[in-house]
Amino acid sequence: MSDLHLPRTAIIDERIQESPTIFTLRLRFEDAAAQEVFEFAPGQFNMVTHFAAGEIPISIVNDPKDSHYFDHTIRVVGRVSEAMSNLQPGDRVGIRGPFGRGWPVADAAGRDVLLVTGGLGCAPLVSVIRYLMKRRNQFGHLHILQGVKHSNDLIWREQYDTWAREPDVNVLLAADVVTREWHGQQGMVTELIGQLNLRHGRTIAMLCGPEMMMLAAIANLRDLGIADHQIWFSMERNMQCGIGQCGHCQIGPKYVCRDGPVFCYSELADLMGAKGF
Amino acid sequence: MQQSAKIERQPGFLPRADFQRLLDGVVKSGYQLLGPVVKDGAIQLMEISDATQLVKGLTNEQQPGRYRLQQTAGERLFDWNHGPQGLKPLCFAPHEVLWVEQKDPLSFTTRLPDVKPTAVLGVRSCDLAALAIQDRHFLHAAGADPHYRERREQLFLIGIDCAHSAESCFCASTGDGPSVNQAVDIGLSELDDGFLVWSGSDRGEAVLQQIDLAAAQTQQLEQMEHQSDQAAQEQQRKLPSAEELMRLYQRLEHAHWQQIAERCLGCGNCTAVCPTCFCYDTQHEVSLDGLSAQNVRQWDSCFSASHSSMGGFKVRGNILSRYRQWLTHKLAGWQEQQGRIGCTGCGRCITWCPVGIDLTKESDAILWEGSLDE
Repeated sequence: MSDLHLPRTAIIDERIQESPTIFTLRLRFEDAAAQEVFEFAPGQFNMVTHFAAGEIPISIVNDPKDSHYFDHTIRVVGRVSEAMSNLQPGDRVGIRGPFGRGWPVADAAGRDVLLVTGGLGCAPLVSVIRYLMKRRNQFGHLHILQGVKHSNDLIWREQYDTWAREPDVNVLLAADVVTREWHGQQGMVTELIGQLNLRHGRTIAMLCGPEMMMLAAIANLRDLGIADHQIWFSMERNMQCGIGQCGHCQIGPKYVCRDGPVFCYSELADLMGAKGF
Repeated sequence: MQQSAKIERQPGFLPRADFQRLLDGVVKSGYQLLGPVVKDGAIQLMEISDATQLVKGLTNEQQPGRYRLQQTAGERLFDWNHGPQGLKPLCFAPHEVLWVEQKDPLSFTTRLPDVKPTAVLGVRSCDLAALAIQDRHFLHAAGADPHYRERREQLFLIGIDCAHSAESCFCASTGDGPSVNQAVDIGLSELDDGFLVWSGSDRGEAVLQQIDLAAAQTQQLEQMEHQSDQAAQEQQRKLPSAEELMRLYQRLEHAHWQQIAERCLGCGNCTAVCPTCFCYDTQHEVSLDGLSAQNVRQWDSCFSASHSSMGGFKVRGNILSRYRQWLTHKLAGWQEQQGRIGCTGCGRCITWCPVGIDLTKESDAILWEGSLDE
């Protein structure tokens, strides 16, 4: 049976609590040969099964070069993710995947990259940020913009600090509601875009977050002269099968699970923003 | 609109009194035979072995929101068009187990269906075209579906030309009928005194070799052609061209969507009877002892509230957006996905809609009434 249709078992080697509602599972396939040949790209996802609870799509957040394991960072939002939050090292889950199209890292080679995240724990974009940070000499300037609703929501704060210390990396944080300790800005993450000095024709943008935030970011980027084909984003829809067959995740003619979840703005420009589509 | 190549026919003739010989030939070749019988007031496919079990002298009245069988004075076996289901349930099962999982230690095992070779008698051209669409979806997309494939490989198709069209039929405008113009194992065209019979595959030829067919007369071949022309001419409905239908995407905010939403009950009958609709949902069913579970697939519908649900948030939160999703996907999105529209003109969604919503009229209204950004 194909790996696309039947889950393979994977063992939890490590469990990290990232925030009260976010945790990371470090996994490896029980079958060592399967782990050996498992390949993925940043932005791709697996369908993860918890026994009897069900199956949910989860981004793979570690580096594709890590051949001995793969990481899933999961936020508790429903019944299945809640069940998964109780899993401990040594427990097993089922894995189908990897599925979908990831970030255009080949297109980004030699370019400046603008990375805009709205909301907490946007795992798809974290995977590509880590990918770029590990290969700094292959890419130009990095702008990392992160927005959260409340300043206390931000996870991986130390990681942002580490990234900010790297040469040619610009990290800007924004929160709608801030506490006294907050050292970022107050407001929307999309407002930060206007403060950047983006180099025309050299910058590729990657976005992840709520659709309204991404639409606002896209409008700002287009105002700054970034071409539609240089704007990429990760879409979220009800993904169940991973192979463009169950029909739930469609946006127009596109299957988010198979044709995405990462899309170029020029592919979806006509349909984005249509309410309820 | 899409034109399918006419399948070359070299028919022989089987007198009406000898029709049982065809059924015997199919059964002797090892097939379970499904044929049209009346059940719950509608034509349905059931296992048969004897021609006397088949419907005789029946026609169907099919209109928006209405399906009635009517007795005719004639002897014909196939004077109706279709019942609520085409071939879809035979390959894409409405409810089936995909895999079984054990708790301790966690393991997953595929559960493939055990399917007998199955011959289906009296398949209409629109349903053959729909099967080809479902084949492309389930077999040709990345990752052919093993459950669909198991069922599909066992299917032996006996097609029949439509001699008449129902009021809700519009297959001529989609290029999918009313005559059989897709691959079949055996093709039939019913005349007053018997059947023109031709084989469309080696398997079909093997069955027909067991039956003595008379040579077809020129006059019989002419009658076959005439009936097809007549059935096509009877059709009053038609869809806009494929190219025109692509413009539905430019009219997502058209006022007529709201007008439809006020009539649509969101019941999903249209997707259940549609021979091409393929959405499915999977659910985990846990055993009473809690030690095992099965992952069960069942038909879903874009009219269900959960279809677009992401962690509780529904992308399509109302009937307007759900009907719009169905129609734009069926008539426009499918063109990019498969190179043709997802409708074969069977008209079931019109007949079985409790309030008689007619996609040919709705798409006309959206394309041709009002301004673009109304």
